[in-house]
Amino acid sequence: MKQAAVRICNAVKRYGTVTALHGVSLDIADNSFFTLLGPSGCGKTTLLRMIAGFEMATEGEILLFGRDIAALEPNLRPVNTVFQNYALFPHMSVLDNVAFGLKMKGVEPAARRDRAGRMLELVHLSSFADRRPSQLSGGQQQRVALARALAPEPKVLLLDEPLSALDLKLRQAMRVELKQLQEETGITFLFVTHDQDEALTMSDQIAVMSQGRVQQVGTAREIYESPVNRFVAEFIGETNIIEAQVTAVMGGKADVTLPWGQKLACALGNIRPGRHALSIRPERVVLAPDGELSATVERVVYLGSDLQLLVRLKDGGNLTVRLQNAARATVPDAGAIIRLKLEEGAARLLAD
Amino acid sequence: MAAPVNSQSSGNQTYGELVNRLLLPTWLVIGCLLLIPVLLMTVYSFLTKEFRGGIEWNFTLAAYEQFFITRGLFGDEPPQIEWTYITIFWRSVWQAALATLLCLVIGFPTAWFIATRPARIRPVWLFLITIPYWVNLLIRTVSLRFILRDNGPLNEAMMALGVISDPLPILNTDLAVQIGLFYSYLPFMVLPIYAAVERFDFALSEAAADLYANRWQTLTQVVIPVVRPGIVAGCILVFIPALGAFLAPDLLGGAKNFMVGSLIDEQFRGSQGNWPFGAAVSVILMTLVLIALLVQARNASRGQA
Repeated sequence: MKQAAVRICNAVKRYGTVTALHGVSLDIADNSFFTLLGPSGCGKTTLLRMIAGFEMATEGEILLFGRDIAALEPNLRPVNTVFQNYALFPHMSVLDNVAFGLKMKGVEPAARRDRAGRMLELVHLSSFADRRPSQLSGGQQQRVALARALAPEPKVLLLDEPLSALDLKLRQAMRVELKQLQEETGITFLFVTHDQDEALTMSDQIAVMSQGRVQQVGTAREIYESPVNRFVAEFIGETNIIEAQVTAVMGGKADVTLPWGQKLACALGNIRPGRHALSIRPERVVLAPDGELSATVERVVYLGSDLQLLVRLKDGGNLTVRLQNAARATVPDAGAIIRLKLEEGAARLLAD
Repeated sequence: MAAPVNSQSSGNQTYGELVNRLLLPTWLVIGCLLLIPVLLMTVYSFLTKEFRGGIEWNFTLAAYEQFFITRGLFGDEPPQIEWTYITIFWRSVWQAALATLLCLVIGFPTAWFIATRPARIRPVWLFLITIPYWVNLLIRTVSLRFILRDNGPLNEAMMALGVISDPLPILNTDLAVQIGLFYSYLPFMVLPIYAAVERFDFALSEAAADLYANRWQTLTQVVIPVVRPGIVAGCILVFIPALGAFLAPDLLGGAKNFMVGSLIDEQFRGSQGNWPFGAAVSVILMTLVLIALLVQARNASRGQA
């Protein structure tokens, strides 16, 4: 296997009696876009700051292309950071900001002006080289921060919620641009966010974190479609969590009885018979005249591209259903009686 | 149509009048306590000295001539440059500059220390900094005399520790004046720098370290330029009063270590004084300070652009 760009082994971080990270281990592949996703306080920023060197790990190793950097000062680590509020130097021009890392590395003035100029071209800001950061908009400052962090050619680029201060339109445009930039430069991007949409749209790999632990690592599809536990299922997208009875486990299949009596066979071993949580994505429940479930529509929520139905099942229990707002779609009104069907493999058993 | 326009403009007028009326107390204070005295002093500097102090209303440049030119003891020699007062000015400038530098070297780390404490503790440290101001400067300066004198606690302590065998003559030297100036004006350096450092975004120093700057480079290339306005304010607040100080040089420096402040002070004392000359020295001092401030303001505006 190719050497990981960053390998974190059993990283622990304690602040006094509070433990922010409980033995995190991760492999981040070279030339990939890797995202740490989780709610605030889950330890994702702490982990990023440990890789940058602003926080020292209490225990554990941080390897950068095989070299342990856990004890190095931040200025000796070949990684660069894009800060949440950009942290641009207010007393320097945009060009000097971008050239700062090169200057500290001892690059000749002519060469560093040249390279900083090319970095500004890369982020489409060449005409702003002589301005002060305070004269730029939030989106432009963001690009300067990116150019500044990329200019010294770091081995890994760390991005600490860099889009959170931008408005929605800009944020969506920057997602595409960031992914393109990663592919063009071939630098490994380690991106921290609490926004699942950002994570899903840009990442090659996502690590979902909660309470100082990595819950699941996988591609966007794996995380969304095969969440390993209740936290991941609920944090990524919308889902119906249902308490189900597992009656038998055989050959990687579990026989499950849903609260309304329906029996299903679910994939997933490693679960013993008993009560378990089960996740059903709203878009995997479909309207079907021959559907096995009868339900009353309680409310219809208009979401633009989608419609959300809150339904009460005839045999007990509530479900959220998501329909595409297609031209031909027949939209039931509140109070209507409809028949629903679970798509093949819609139900997913969760570990806890 | 005309009526609403009229009422609007008259509304603006009353607003302008109101602002002027509200500014009146400020103008009165500045006018009575600053502009008129400065004008009076400038006029006095061009008048003739009365024999027992005071002035006579005869216009003359004698006071300025006395400052710059000498004609010998009896006034019958060819004119030469008078070095006495220029020397006093020069000593004042470098004593004040040295005090400013010392205050900066000690004050910056102090301000940094306070500004980086937890927010709850900072007021306590600031309070400690201001405690000396509960006692009058005159009394504090006199107290310094007792501390610095040959058999004072400083010399006693150094002898007890075996650092020196004989008491070090500190009192009545430039060093004593320097200690007095430094001690008097240190808080004026600490407070503005504290205010600037407290607003400093420490993400900037992290960004510098992230971009391969070592601690020294982070300090000189990021921290100091960003908190510069606080440093400049501190330097002005120390340098200007130190330049005109007369308590420290008077009480700690003795007769040999005259500074401008004492020179001016002396001209207005009793019947020995010379009011026009004192006024002229004041005008020269004020002009120097104004020039220094203008140069600084120009540099600052150039730094902004």
